[in-house]
Amino acid sequence: METLTDAKIKELKVIANNIRKSIVEMLCEAGSGHTAGPLGMADIFTLLYFHILKHDPKNPLWVNRDRLVLSNGHICPVLYAAMAESGYFGKEELKTLRKFGSRLQGHPHREFMPWVETSSGPLGSGLSQAVGMAIVEKIYGGHRTIYAILSDGEHDEGNTWEAIMLAGKEKLSNLIVIVDRNKIQIEGNTERVMPLGNLKEKYESFGWNAEDVDGHNFFEINSAIYKAKINKGTPSVIIAHTIPGKGVKEWENDYRWHGIAPNKEQAQMALEELDKELK
Amino acid sequence: MLNQDLKLNTKVFNDDVEKIATRQGFGEGLLKAGEENENIVALSADLTESTKANLFADRFPERFIQVGVAEQNLVSVASGMALMGKIPFATSYAIFNPGRNWEQIRTTICYNNQPVKIIGSHGGLSVGPDGGSHQMLEDIALTRVIPNLVVISPCDAIEAKKATVECAKTQDPTYIRLARNNTPIITTDETQFEIGKAQIVFVPEVGLAHVGIIATGPILYKALIAAHELEKMGTKVKVMNLSTIKPLDTEAVITLAKETKAIVTVEDHQIAGGMGSAVAECLASNYIVPIEFVGVDNKFGQSGTPSELEKYYKIDTPDIIEKAQKVLKRKF
Repeated sequence: METLTDAKIKELKVIANNIRKSIVEMLCEAGSGHTAGPLGMADIFTLLYFHILKHDPKNPLWVNRDRLVLSNGHICPVLYAAMAESGYFGKEELKTLRKFGSRLQGHPHREFMPWVETSSGPLGSGLSQAVGMAIVEKIYGGHRTIYAILSDGEHDEGNTWEAIMLAGKEKLSNLIVIVDRNKIQIEGNTERVMPLGNLKEKYESFGWNAEDVDGHNFFEINSAIYKAKINKGTPSVIIAHTIPGKGVKEWENDYRWHGIAPNKEQAQMALEELDKELK
Repeated sequence: MLNQDLKLNTKVFNDDVEKIATRQGFGEGLLKAGEENENIVALSADLTESTKANLFADRFPERFIQVGVAEQNLVSVASGMALMGKIPFATSYAIFNPGRNWEQIRTTICYNNQPVKIIGSHGGLSVGPDGGSHQMLEDIALTRVIPNLVVISPCDAIEAKKATVECAKTQDPTYIRLARNNTPIITTDETQFEIGKAQIVFVPEVGLAHVGIIATGPILYKALIAAHELEKMGTKVKVMNLSTIKPLDTEAVITLAKETKAIVTVEDHQIAGGMGSAVAECLASNYIVPIEFVGVDNKFGQSGTPSELEKYYKIDTPDIIEKAQKVLKRKF
């Protein structure tokens, strides 16, 4: 894996900004959906799709591609926007989000869009699926890396901890989990709804290699993924501290933006702010 | 009389009929499937011996995953393995699998349309002394409502083995319902088995049948005994083994209804939502005949011997005979 040059980081910033604008536009057009999570994860998806993942947007089902499991399916606007940005399909299709017959279902569905690795939406089972994939690679000697994106809120689900235990037991060093530690969930702050405390220590106690990073610092995330890739004998988790709604000051860190979409005026304001960001 | 076109066990009406549990047949089938295809993997939630998955686990330890007492993880890990091209068998007791993990089966397996084989042992009242908490009487209802999922309830160990081997060859998500106890062997190795095909296992010596009995699972044996008794009383009976509940063999069910104009369904399961409901849905929209349902009627089970429970919950041979006589009186 390449180290990040300043030029590359500059390029990634432009892409992340484009992805954020796509997110705002598609959610406004859809009239419903989740805003805060996708904006908060735009930098991580940018790094994954434009630097980390072994994938081929022109041959999406390439058998030796790395696998990216999006467990918290409700942030799929960032997945769709990153896929469009990297050439899986045209950006105009983003406007079909959540509409009848669209490949871009409100939560990802492989039947409509076979290039997503799993259908998801109900929280708490994506890590298990990623663990299953990583176990297959271990048993059959494959070399694909399995990435899973989890929300912090879905650590309320027992299923997530069942998967954390099994991954530790099976010593799945080909598994890299990124947790979106944005500290919000639908009804408020995670520490008020259901305190999660120190996720790094919790994962470590289950036999994982764990690291906290700033989820908007490309250099930090990249270096944590690099360390995870060379780590042997344990699965790795990167707790990415992100700002929900990142990029639009008025929405940042406001849990009320978890599950709503911007109206036209709000979207216009956000797009103007995002346009200014790189100038 | 037994329909000998199917090469059934001729000793089925003998007192010393051989008895083997369907879970044993599954275990042997899984081992065979594993020998035939290296892409078969198996998972257990701390019940490897009880489900007989141990036959596979002992032979292929590298392809066996022990997930601990965690049935939600069991099936969603299996989904991930299937997404990488494997055919996983996710094994536990039916009360937990599909009881505990229904949403994960729906979303990660069926919504993703992945070829995971969900194995639920200890189905029905026949679990006995463990009591109502472990007697799964709702699994057919839970599974047959999920799109893409095939639902099979084998009648004996031989059929369970065949169902296991056959479902390992398909890309369909599949649920197989198994039972704990040793139950009579009805079929033989020579009996044909095809997923989705019902079979008429008992026919009148001559002429058309007056009543059709449709049974699923090991309780088919009681339906056969009931048919044998009814025959002695002068009632001509056909008995169907409906081992695949979904997709339903509608053609066979409608044909039986057209001949007999009176149907009794028999299952070790709640009446609500079970195999009888599937038959009723089919006949209500295709060919209306009176139907009587033998099954558990809106109650939980309790501790007892299987025969005590079958008698108390009215799913025993005399109950089948009584429902057959009742449906005959209701004929249009």
